[in-house]
Amino acid sequence: MSEKGIRIGGLSKRYGKGDTAVDALKHVDMHVAPGEVVGLTGPSGSGKSTLLKCLGAVISPTAGRMTLGDQVIFDDGWKVKDLRALRRDKIGYVFQAPYLIPFLDVTDNVALLPMLRGVPNGEARAKALELLTALDVQHRARAMPSKLSGGEQQRVAIARGLVNQPPVILADEPTAALDSPRAMAVIKILNEMAHKFQTAIIVVTHDEKIIPTFKRIYHIRDGVTHEETGEGRGFE
Amino acid sequence: MISLAGRDILQAWGKFVFTGVGLGLLIGVTLSMAGIYRGMIDDAKVLLDNSSADLWVVQKDTLGPYAEPSSIYQDTWRGIRGMPGVARTANVTYLTMQVRQGERDVRAMIAGITAGEPGTPGWPPYLVAGRQITRSHYEAVADIASGFELGDRLQIRRNHYTVVGLTRRMVSSGGDPMIFIPLKDAQEAQFLKDNDAILQSRRRTEANPAFNKPGSPDLLGAVIDSQTTNTYVNAVLVQIEDGYSHDDVAESIRRWKRLTVYTRAQMEEILVGKLIATSAKQIGMFLVILSMVSAAIVAFIIYTLTLGKIREIAVLKLIGTRNRTIAGMILQQAIALGVIGFVVGKIVATLFMAPIFPKYVLLEPLDSIFGFIAVVLICVLSSVIAIYAALKVDPAEAIG
Repeated sequence: MSEKGIRIGGLSKRYGKGDTAVDALKHVDMHVAPGEVVGLTGPSGSGKSTLLKCLGAVISPTAGRMTLGDQVIFDDGWKVKDLRALRRDKIGYVFQAPYLIPFLDVTDNVALLPMLRGVPNGEARAKALELLTALDVQHRARAMPSKLSGGEQQRVAIARGLVNQPPVILADEPTAALDSPRAMAVIKILNEMAHKFQTAIIVVTHDEKIIPTFKRIYHIRDGVTHEETGEGRGFE
Repeated sequence: MISLAGRDILQAWGKFVFTGVGLGLLIGVTLSMAGIYRGMIDDAKVLLDNSSADLWVVQKDTLGPYAEPSSIYQDTWRGIRGMPGVARTANVTYLTMQVRQGERDVRAMIAGITAGEPGTPGWPPYLVAGRQITRSHYEAVADIASGFELGDRLQIRRNHYTVVGLTRRMVSSGGDPMIFIPLKDAQEAQFLKDNDAILQSRRRTEANPAFNKPGSPDLLGAVIDSQTTNTYVNAVLVQIEDGYSHDDVAESIRRWKRLTVYTRAQMEEILVGKLIATSAKQIGMFLVILSMVSAAIVAFIIYTLTLGKIREIAVLKLIGTRNRTIAGMILQQAIALGVIGFVVGKIVATLFMAPIFPKYVLLEPLDSIFGFIAVVLICVLSSVIAIYAALKVDPAEAIG
């Protein structure tokens, strides 16, 4: 398997100290290759959110190693100096609720990320429009988020996650608020985008109807992951 | 980079504008308070300027004639007039009272002026209508702020006066319009006793054998006359000849006449430093309180607006927005609120408060500049709590 994409090995996260310490993650291993979409499932309290926060460079693990492409992000207590810039440049996020910025129109919601990197406004907007076109929401480019349907908002959120062409996208329950046809449409888009931009996508989900669409799934329980693969799985 | 603050304001412009208008009314009151203070100082200076005097000669050891009662003999001016360096002198009497005209009355400062010509100390230096006083009794020149018009009949004590001239910006240090009448009339008005008191006094004098001697029939009449006439004035206004030092002439009068003499600078110090000092402190306190209220309002509004965007701020932080970009957004919104408030406040103070306020409101451009700087500084300080709250937001909140 390629060394690119995102890889974690022996990742652990402990909250608290002494008798009250809780091990949320216990030696978790995971690898997602570029262009691959994997699922991450688990019951409440299993460590799913903690794993997502570690993968998203929002919190630092207590131990273990995480690499993004060739770049080491965490290594047994050591971490990259500027996690904020790493999140901006290397990681895309798609949430259960789209969490679009309500006072920016659709184009600027997507263009904001490249703008934050210093890309000129015109260039950033052109890039955003290109992605919106790819996701078939270009006709709502000047609309405010409050005027969009749930499915449109989620597609805009995906465009925002992709706009900086990050090597990895973390999607947290992206279909939870959508009906089946729209949920399948979102998964289809994520697969297409992963293939098109060679992005590693990790989808956290409880959604039974989309779980069979993943070729590989990581189940997490009590802070420990189990990988499941199999023939017949995957998105058609 | 797009302006996040600007976009947020445009999105919720109604909330911003209405908050700005509310803040603006408060700032308008604050600017007006500063204008009232400036107006009081200007009134005091105008009073001194328009008296055309270089020196004010008053009763020894008093702060007269504006800040304390002062009484000096009416012939004192003659001795002062003959001193080296003195160009002109004029008696003057001031009294503040209610002046009646028909059914209404106006609080005014009555100035008794000596006969003379325009330019005589104490006279109104210019008129906007009518003429100066030419008769020795029962004529008046009024400031237009009194509301009187040419030909109006005024009642001061028991006498009636016809308004023959109108002047403007002739006010007391308290802002009351001035009414000029002949000196003799003002002296009478100032020391006039009521009829019963005069009768009682005459009866006591007649009953006194020392004043009512059978061999001196004219003595009683002379004594009674002296009791019912006023031979005192409040001050002598002095103009100095060119080439003479005001301080030297003042010192000379102090030494030889045993009177208190104030130069223009000293009189200004009395008016501004003593007479209106309490009012100035009150206004200063109001300014401080209003500034604090404004700051509290801006802080509350900006804090509330920020708390309403916690999720968006968490998302912005998660996707890598720098703290200074988020802080800048909040700061810009606070400043925008202040700018809207200041513009509204300036309009309110200039167009609505100043024209209708019963006192003279002087809105100095420099005060407006300082006011603007103060508003911006208050807004910057007020945004600190909101910025602190925003920077404490954990980006993980966006993930859940």
